[in-house]
Amino acid sequence: MACESFSEKLDAYVDGELPPTQANEFAMHLRGCATCAVDALERIQMKRSVADAGKYYQPSVEFRKKIEASAHKPSKRGNFWGWQVVALPAALVLLISLSMIFLVSREKAKRDRVYGELADLHVATLASATPVDVISTDRHTVKPWFEGKIPFTFNLPELQGTDFVLVGGRVAYLHQTSGAQLIYRLRKHELSVFIFPDRGAESASWASDPLTTMSFTFETWSKDGLRYFVVGDVSGPDVDALSKLLRNAG
Amino acid sequence: MVRCSWHGYAIEVPDQRLPADSFEYLALPLCDQLYNFAHWLTQDRSEAEDLVQETFVKALRGFSGFQAGTNFRAWIFRILRNTFLTSRTGLKLSQEEAELDSIIAADPSPEAILISKADRGVVRQAMQELPVPFREILLLCEVEEMGYEEIAQVLAIPIGTVMSRLHRARKALRAKLIDRIKGGSHGM
Repeated sequence: MACESFSEKLDAYVDGELPPTQANEFAMHLRGCATCAVDALERIQMKRSVADAGKYYQPSVEFRKKIEASAHKPSKRGNFWGWQVVALPAALVLLISLSMIFLVSREKAKRDRVYGELADLHVATLASATPVDVISTDRHTVKPWFEGKIPFTFNLPELQGTDFVLVGGRVAYLHQTSGAQLIYRLRKHELSVFIFPDRGAESASWASDPLTTMSFTFETWSKDGLRYFVVGDVSGPDVDALSKLLRNAG
Repeated sequence: MVRCSWHGYAIEVPDQRLPADSFEYLALPLCDQLYNFAHWLTQDRSEAEDLVQETFVKALRGFSGFQAGTNFRAWIFRILRNTFLTSRTGLKLSQEEAELDSIIAADPSPEAILISKADRGVVRQAMQELPVPFREILLLCEVEEMGYEEIAQVLAIPIGTVMSRLHRARKALRAKLIDRIKGGSHGM
């Protein structure tokens, strides 16, 4: 019977679960088949009746409020906060690390800039027709020469028994601050010693060991409120040797 | 939360200020529907309340495991049904399953029954007499207007089983209705 194949699909038809082509086919069949049409109508009415009768029970207002209150506690947002408990310290650590890297790299950039300027001063002095304003191998001549020219005083080492020779001195300027520049000779190399007033906070990031950059070797330290720099195209141990003499001077 | 009517059935519209993926946003509008389903299953107010309450607790606890974008309604209805199955009332369900066919066999005649709106009480009583597997599938299909696939998700059965069980449930309900309409006040 032709109706048999349709009656099997009657449930799916009334539930709207048939694919569109089959549903159209079914609708066409219903127009010409009274038995199936009555059957379909009955099922549609049953569906409506069950839907009506089924929407019957309602929760009390108190119960609804209770459920609403219980649902407002944790949620996906709750999980989000749980996740934040782990993420927040991690983010802080990351932020601090990045800040430190930034600060360190900024300090390094500042330090490199100062070294660059000092190397320029050193090279410019050597290239000058008058490298030094006071020519003397005697520290007792050089030191008093600076009096009144720079706002501080310093001690120079006794060089007897060393390879270092004092050539002379001049006034140097770094970042609008006047200081002393002393020229020493080691064999055929010249070294500059710069002395400037130390600016407290800036001193923190200066490395105390000899550092080679731009083919020049630098060493720096702070003593009695003064910042010393030794610059030269010699090896680290040579710069270190002169530095030690200067540190122990006085 | 805004309450409004849908097909004469009170529903709650989610609060637009809540995040769309929050539990409150998804679950609270289903409170009345879940309660209605729970009451049909348990046939008892306090048992239904306990069932809904437990469903919300379980759903909230397991919400992190719910995949956003999938069917939340099917998910929470399934939790309610599973909770019911493990309850004292629900334990009887497995025994009822075997008796289903004897209920359908009571269908005496092929004649059509046309039900008017006045018969709503009759339909309700016939539904109450249906075994839970039939009752629940009819509620999901007709009251909750779920498609076969969604019902399959809630009941954790294949779509083919949804179709055959739905067919048997309708036959059983029809048999009960004919019995009531013809037999007058039987059981009323």
